[in-house]
Amino acid sequence: MTVKDIFESMEYGPAPESDGEAQAWLDAHDRRFGLFIAGRMTAPGETFASMNPATGEELAQITQASADDVDAAVSTARRAFGPWSRRPGAERARILYALARLIQKHSRLFAVLETLDNGKPIRESRDIDIPLVARHFYYHAGLAQLADSEMRDRAPLGVAGQIIPWNFPLLMLAWKIAPALAMGNTVVLKPAEYTSLTALLFAEICAEAGVPAGVINIVTGDGRVGEAITAHPDIDKIAFTGSTEVGRIIRRATAGRGIALTLELGGKSPYIVFDDADLDSAVEGLVDAIWFNQGQVCCAGSRLLVGESIAEDFHARLIARMSRLRVGDPLDKAIDIGALVDPAQVARVAGLVEAHGGEGEIHQPPCTLPNRGCWYPPTLITGLTSANPLMQKEIFGPVLVSTTFRTPAEAVALANNTAYGLAASVWSENINLALDIARKLAAGVVWINGTNMFDAAAPFGGVRESGFGREGGFEGLAAYSKPRVKTTPARPIAPFPAPENAQVNSLDRTAKFYIGGRQARPDGGYSRAIWSKSGKLLGHAGQANRKDIRNAVEAARAASGWARTTGHLRAQILYYIGENLDARAEEFAARINALTGKRTGAREVEAATSRLFTYAAWADKYDGAARGVPIRGTALAMREPVGVIGAFCPDEAPLLGLISLMAPAIAMGSRVVLVASQPFPLAATDFYQVLETSDLPAGVVNILTGDHADLARPLAGHLDVDALWSHSGADISALIEHESAGNLKRTWVNHARSRDWFAPEAEGPEFLEHATETKTVWIPYGE
Amino acid sequence: MQNQKSASAVQEGRRSALPQVTETRNPGTGLDMDWLGAVAVNTSAVERRAASLPARRSVKKEYQAAWLLKAVSCIDLTTLSGDDTPGRVRRLAMKARQPVRRDLLAALGMEGLTTGAVCVYHEMIAPALEALEGTAIPVAAVSTGFPAGLSPFRLRVEEIRESVAAGAREIDIVISRRHVLTGNWQELYDEVKTFREACGPAHMKAILATGELGSLRNVARASLVSMMAGADFIKTSTGKESVNATLPVSLVMIRMIREYHRRTGIRVGYKPAGGISRAKQALTYLTLIKEELGNEWLSPHLFRFGASSLLGDIERQLEHHVTGHYSASYRHAMG
Repeated sequence: MTVKDIFESMEYGPAPESDGEAQAWLDAHDRRFGLFIAGRMTAPGETFASMNPATGEELAQITQASADDVDAAVSTARRAFGPWSRRPGAERARILYALARLIQKHSRLFAVLETLDNGKPIRESRDIDIPLVARHFYYHAGLAQLADSEMRDRAPLGVAGQIIPWNFPLLMLAWKIAPALAMGNTVVLKPAEYTSLTALLFAEICAEAGVPAGVINIVTGDGRVGEAITAHPDIDKIAFTGSTEVGRIIRRATAGRGIALTLELGGKSPYIVFDDADLDSAVEGLVDAIWFNQGQVCCAGSRLLVGESIAEDFHARLIARMSRLRVGDPLDKAIDIGALVDPAQVARVAGLVEAHGGEGEIHQPPCTLPNRGCWYPPTLITGLTSANPLMQKEIFGPVLVSTTFRTPAEAVALANNTAYGLAASVWSENINLALDIARKLAAGVVWINGTNMFDAAAPFGGVRESGFGREGGFEGLAAYSKPRVKTTPARPIAPFPAPENAQVNSLDRTAKFYIGGRQARPDGGYSRAIWSKSGKLLGHAGQANRKDIRNAVEAARAASGWARTTGHLRAQILYYIGENLDARAEEFAARINALTGKRTGAREVEAATSRLFTYAAWADKYDGAARGVPIRGTALAMREPVGVIGAFCPDEAPLLGLISLMAPAIAMGSRVVLVASQPFPLAATDFYQVLETSDLPAGVVNILTGDHADLARPLAGHLDVDALWSHSGADISALIEHESAGNLKRTWVNHARSRDWFAPEAEGPEFLEHATETKTVWIPYGE
Repeated sequence: MQNQKSASAVQEGRRSALPQVTETRNPGTGLDMDWLGAVAVNTSAVERRAASLPARRSVKKEYQAAWLLKAVSCIDLTTLSGDDTPGRVRRLAMKARQPVRRDLLAALGMEGLTTGAVCVYHEMIAPALEALEGTAIPVAAVSTGFPAGLSPFRLRVEEIRESVAAGAREIDIVISRRHVLTGNWQELYDEVKTFREACGPAHMKAILATGELGSLRNVARASLVSMMAGADFIKTSTGKESVNATLPVSLVMIRMIREYHRRTGIRVGYKPAGGISRAKQALTYLTLIKEELGNEWLSPHLFRFGASSLLGDIERQLEHHVTGHYSASYRHAMG
């Protein structure tokens, strides 16, 4: 091609980024890598090949860590934990700061290596991934600096096992390591087997940054290594980013072991375009939503919902835009779509698209794909309906599916018609509409007139089956710390036995369940007599079964309007409940004394009333924050109610325990299904009479009585329960955590430890945190 | 009289020497208020696109040289100063004829390359025409009370007629910003339509003075109204506003051009002006046009740079391409 030819054709031509330095780095290591344990690289063991997906060439041999290697990594991390966690936050801050600076100094080497290993365009690794990595370490250097003063009532967890995916290898490493170190934890991190190289380069700079030996350990290999980390008995926390399927396996594998868990899983995030949107900008946004990183993004806007009145116009613009996307060599600086990570991923994406079942229309621009390497063309499938599997399944490739809606309400209904809940985009020039929709979406992150914006200050994470826990912000530190609460081994409390000679001298009072604002008889028709210590018959309590659970959850789900009430209204109702309880204080005190055989009744009622007042106070004050993200705009980290929360109430404080769980939940707008103290259920059934007179809408609080061990399975397995708490004396924590994997409901269980319900830390932030989810709403602005 | 005749004869000759322009001129449409009312521009999103675009595309080596030569062919080499003289304009016109050193053009196989036009005030049309005699390079005249456009309407229209009569084949008009700022779209439409009629065969570039329109939405609406009224080109700025051509403004304007083409089938040209002085910026603008409008627009018939110092930077880059050595500005003839 002569200059004159190009003058006529105006083609782009090649613009390659050199991979010389990265290849030289690989050569310097003989293209064989060991593991990073105790501050040193081990000799390579059994290895496997790491390939460049754009060329199919082998880049290096990576060690498949053995169970012994994982054991060595965990034990060195354990030894390092004590000294590291005792260092002042300011010292940890200096090291995180050094890591940030070193990432910047070696930024191009990291970027090129990432592109070689993963196949993503160099523009993305250079302009997005690596700068975000540096930003994450900077931000967390700041959090470490502030941890001693701002996180005083929280302690680090210990050794964190971290398992990360291949789509953003170094960025996910940063998201995991930075908060863990900031809080004083030590880590054993496993990169994905496709993409270990930047983690190994990172291991090299750890020494330059002054990271003490053992604080960061990196073990490479396939899923077996992840299993070994998860199964290791000396791990305190597992943080996983990856597929929902593996997330469930990890949830079950960690059940009952007292391990903190955060899961950042899959998504099928809606991208909603209203008729008043800037359509050209919304089209351009889709390029960043679904064709960013070849669509291999957990929060990719992969489900286009477009107003029916503009759908034809919008699709035409989108198809025209697709024709200008350039697919090819990811090291070329003028490439939009690089290589998928592995041939297996190409096959998976192609297989899913082929299985669309003839519904809809597939649009792919004419583009010549390189003849070797892992490629898939940008794809749009229009005219699908919600029932099509492609509208529900995460494809994790450059494939956008599209459907239409008629009204804002229908847009929300379609958007939320998914088991996932990671992210969403809303495009509208109408601020009323956009903010209203943002509020109604079931998602951890909402971008208004934008997409795929990330920042260390903005919490990121999902709801529903997209996982739980947040990364970024102070919320992210919560996932690597625990409240300093004194607990003791729980001792099961047996109900008082029936006496040989029953004393029955009062009129029978029938305790029922409280479901949907009504008193309900047990479905099964079984009751249990409740006796006092002295052998007096106090009454009968129903034995709830799975159908009572079903009914109670349905009632709680139906009371969704509670989530939309104002904090002011919820505060008034909580005050009113407190007032009505106080009016019957003597009666409740006597009841508690009779049930427990102790004399603490009056004190418990007083504490319960005070607790109601505490959460009435919090109802309009636990309200999130505006985060300083680097855009012209703001990111609101909003506290939203979790939804329907099931709770097994403590046995030992039959009224105070129940109120300690109920009040924070309903103060934040959640609804609850409470299973009362097993040995002493009648304080709870008396309490529903207080609720009945306190203007509480039907279904917000539902109360059951019965056997905790029997009810744990149906409640934990219920797919319409969003969270399950247990402070029961029964040993049901493992069962709950295991069964919760079905819909990945959030769990908060006591692992057979009991706490003092009268203590000051038995109310406040820890409880409010469990009662809420953080939703981050990004709001760019500017005229 | 004699002179005028020969001038028009020369003009005829020049016309036939021009490459065949197949582009249909924009006949305009009625004023479509529904269309205007539906205009939505999200500033932050537009800025994001504009910010990421330069990093999304890169042209290197011989491609870069070819693209820079394309940029040269699209330059309206401009002087719009109170102290312009025939001598100054002659020098500029000679630079338009030979925008890049002969030896460099020869090395690049691009002999005969000229700029897109020479852009001057009315009084400088004659010396410009004289200096450009025998070339296909058109003379563009700024008009209608440039730069503020606040002289009597009758005189503004008359100014166009006189400039066309004097031999200007392109007229850069300025719109009345007040019509945009007060939302008086009908008056804006009527004004531009009248200007267009006065232009006759001369191509009309409508200068929106985007730096004075207050918002990107106003830029979009003013672009549409100007096209509806028959503008052949829409142009960002006079070069005299405090903010001239920017990428976000350009993105908004060319998206309106794209939409106008989609609805009418007519291609309207685009001219960013002011503030474009570096070769790299020129490449970014060409990329923007290629990405958002397509290759059809990458030609002086549909794209121009309003620039005075851009050419110097491009010349230095071209010499670097040819010789492998970074160049100095004094090695290239000044315009």
